Amino acid sequence: MKLTLADIKRGQQGVITDVSSIHIPFKLLEMGCLPGNSVELLQVAPFSDPMYLNINGTHLAIRKETAIHILIEISNA
Amino acid sequence: MPKQINVALIGNPNTGKTSVFNSLSGLNQKVGNYPGITVDKKEGICKLPRGVKAHIIDLPGTYSLNASSLDENVVIELLLNRNDKDFPDVAVVVSDVENLKRNLLLFTQIKDLEIPTILVINMSDRMAYKGITLDIPFLEKELQTKIALVSTRKKLGIDELKELITNYKELSLKPSLAASEIDKDYFDKLRKAFPNQLLYKLWLVITQDVNFGNVNRNEVQAIDSFKTKSNADLKRLQQKETIKRYQFINNTLKKGQTIDLKTAKDLRIKLDRVLTHKVFGYVIFFVILLTMFQAVYDWATYPTDFIDESFASLANWTKNTLPPGAFTNLLAEGIIAGIGGVMVFIPPIAILFLFIALLEESGYMSRVVFLMDNIMKRFGLSGKSVVPLISGNACAIPAVMAARNIESWKERLITILVTPFTTCSARLPVYVIIISLVIPKGSFLGLNYQALTLMALYIIGFMTAIISAYILNKVLKIKSKSYFVIEMPSYKVPLFKNVALTVLEKTKTFVFEAGKIILAISIVLWFLASYGPGEQFNDAENIIKTENIALSGDDLEDKIAAHKLEHSYIGIVGKAIEPVIKPLGYDWKIGIALVTSFAAREVFVGTLATIYSVGSSGDDEETIKSKMAAEVYSNGDKVFTLASGISLLLFYAFAMQCMSTLAIVKRETNSWKWPMYQLVGMTLIAYVAALIAFQVLK
Repeated sequence: MKLTLADIKRGQQGVITDVSSIHIPFKLLEMGCLPGNSVELLQVAPFSDPMYLNINGTHLAIRKETAIHILIEISNA
Repeated sequence: MPKQINVALIGNPNTGKTSVFNSLSGLNQKVGNYPGITVDKKEGICKLPRGVKAHIIDLPGTYSLNASSLDENVVIELLLNRNDKDFPDVAVVVSDVENLKRNLLLFTQIKDLEIPTILVINMSDRMAYKGITLDIPFLEKELQTKIALVSTRKKLGIDELKELITNYKELSLKPSLAASEIDKDYFDKLRKAFPNQLLYKLWLVITQDVNFGNVNRNEVQAIDSFKTKSNADLKRLQQKETIKRYQFINNTLKKGQTIDLKTAKDLRIKLDRVLTHKVFGYVIFFVILLTMFQAVYDWATYPTDFIDESFASLANWTKNTLPPGAFTNLLAEGIIAGIGGVMVFIPPIAILFLFIALLEESGYMSRVVFLMDNIMKRFGLSGKSVVPLISGNACAIPAVMAARNIESWKERLITILVTPFTTCSARLPVYVIIISLVIPKGSFLGLNYQALTLMALYIIGFMTAIISAYILNKVLKIKSKSYFVIEMPSYKVPLFKNVALTVLEKTKTFVFEAGKIILAISIVLWFLASYGPGEQFNDAENIIKTENIALSGDDLEDKIAAHKLEHSYIGIVGKAIEPVIKPLGYDWKIGIALVTSFAAREVFVGTLATIYSVGSSGDDEETIKSKMAAEVYSNGDKVFTLASGISLLLFYAFAMQCMSTLAIVKRETNSWKWPMYQLVGMTLIAYVAALIAFQVLK
């Protein structure tokens, strides 16, 4: 099964492998959410939503419903 | 006269662009609107070396040249229109040293438009703290630009920036990378079809879904016929373009920037562990909110009272000094009282804006949005709705405008529709006087009943907003892409200059915008209350004198004024609506106050003051209060009882009684439909709630 950004745990780091550009806003791509860039989960709100991430050095928060459209690989455990 | 240089400040949100603007233009700035839309247009004048002057525009913050909101649209419209009088001779792209990677995306796009561009790397004072070193000559060469390292906090680099602006003609016009490589064939075709146009400009016009107003309309149409790619293909190309730009930026920064992670400190992560914590985060937020409201009411009391008294005595002085007559009355009772009615709102609103500016400048507001999104989403709102719902407690007008950065149209619309339920400061005078009249003074567990009632009204307002949002979310059939992206910027100690300018400017806007309406209403009201048709009005003095021969002095004057009012135009209106409001427990005089309150709630106390013929003592609440307490029906029953009082409080809590808010909602939603729904819906809720309250309690 493919991992998405919604599966990442706090403190884990990963690399974005693919994004489904139909489902995620272009603005997010422009903020650095692109294949090849690093991603880390910093904090989650109650019910794990929204997620507070560090993507390519940018600190931002997105909802889980957006995160499931971003595929990742975990780079540390 | 030397030519004035047009300078456009462009940059991502949270880069300190406005601080750079404030450093350049100081107090030589003004805020207006772009024609037809409510986006703030900030302009300033800056003196440059050698007698040159610059006209500076602070454009709205944007992440790229792909607009997704009205504010961002403004940036593109200006940059694509060389005929605009504000078209920049030089673009200054402001970036934040900690977020260079992301900030440079916009920079490379601007460069592609072949506008002379300077790169400002702001917050350079944080470089050592973050372990960052930059190879400026290398970056200048790679990016084909001149760089100014600026710290507005430490006041560094501003003179160097001014020097660069003065010499803008020396800047390279070459793009820093060739974006057209993403699809050579396509771009070659495009170039052949429109040989006289800038290639990147064409590309932007093709890929934007936004309406460009009257700019480039013909070109857009011409291109429509040329369109050889499907929308999905274009999207893919746009993504490719962004990836390409990031590759270039990453490669450039790999050589031009070194970050020593060992010396880098990150306060943000440590603070966020507490401030966005599942439990502590909320506790801290509510403590901050409580402090804020406490401050708004405690601190504001003294200046408000002072302003109130000053205007009352000014009105009195005018009345006693000028020759008596209609004009003096209009001046004293209409205009001065009207202006006073605006001025008393300055202290609470300024304090609230101060808090909101501090929360935003420090970066904390984004954390609140993060914390609240999950809860708000359940009610059909966005985490970003928190900002309008908080500032709605000062005034719904700026609050409705603050909903602009909510991405989803449906969530934004619902936020706009429910924000007027929050307890704005105009309700406060009404609440205070009625509570003191009908709620007993005692206390329960050390909590004073009157204070508890006031707090309950705030909670009712907020809860109604939330519940209405829930219902609207179920009822409104609007398909709109719901997404949510918010940047969590580093925490910063707010700059005094920025906060002060924001508070000054927002308060000024409130005074002039709301002031105009309140002023107009009070003048109209005064005319309608001072004139009337027929003998009953015009001959009031004789009628009263013959009926009450024993009366003299003030009592006689009061009686005559009351009789005149009853037969004035406004009195006739009040009598006409009496059957409708009687079931709520109001008499015709309260009816008049209700009618005038539809212009603006705060007119309520002033209207009652006029109606109970308190005359020159103006807004002096004790006097009005004692008159209200003494007010009886012809059978001797009191007008203001617990039942009618609660009914009035609920009516004011729910009813849509603010013309300025309706006007702003019309502008923000671009249709009269939504403000009309608000007016009818909210007033209906108010009527039903007041009816039930009165009928149960009486």
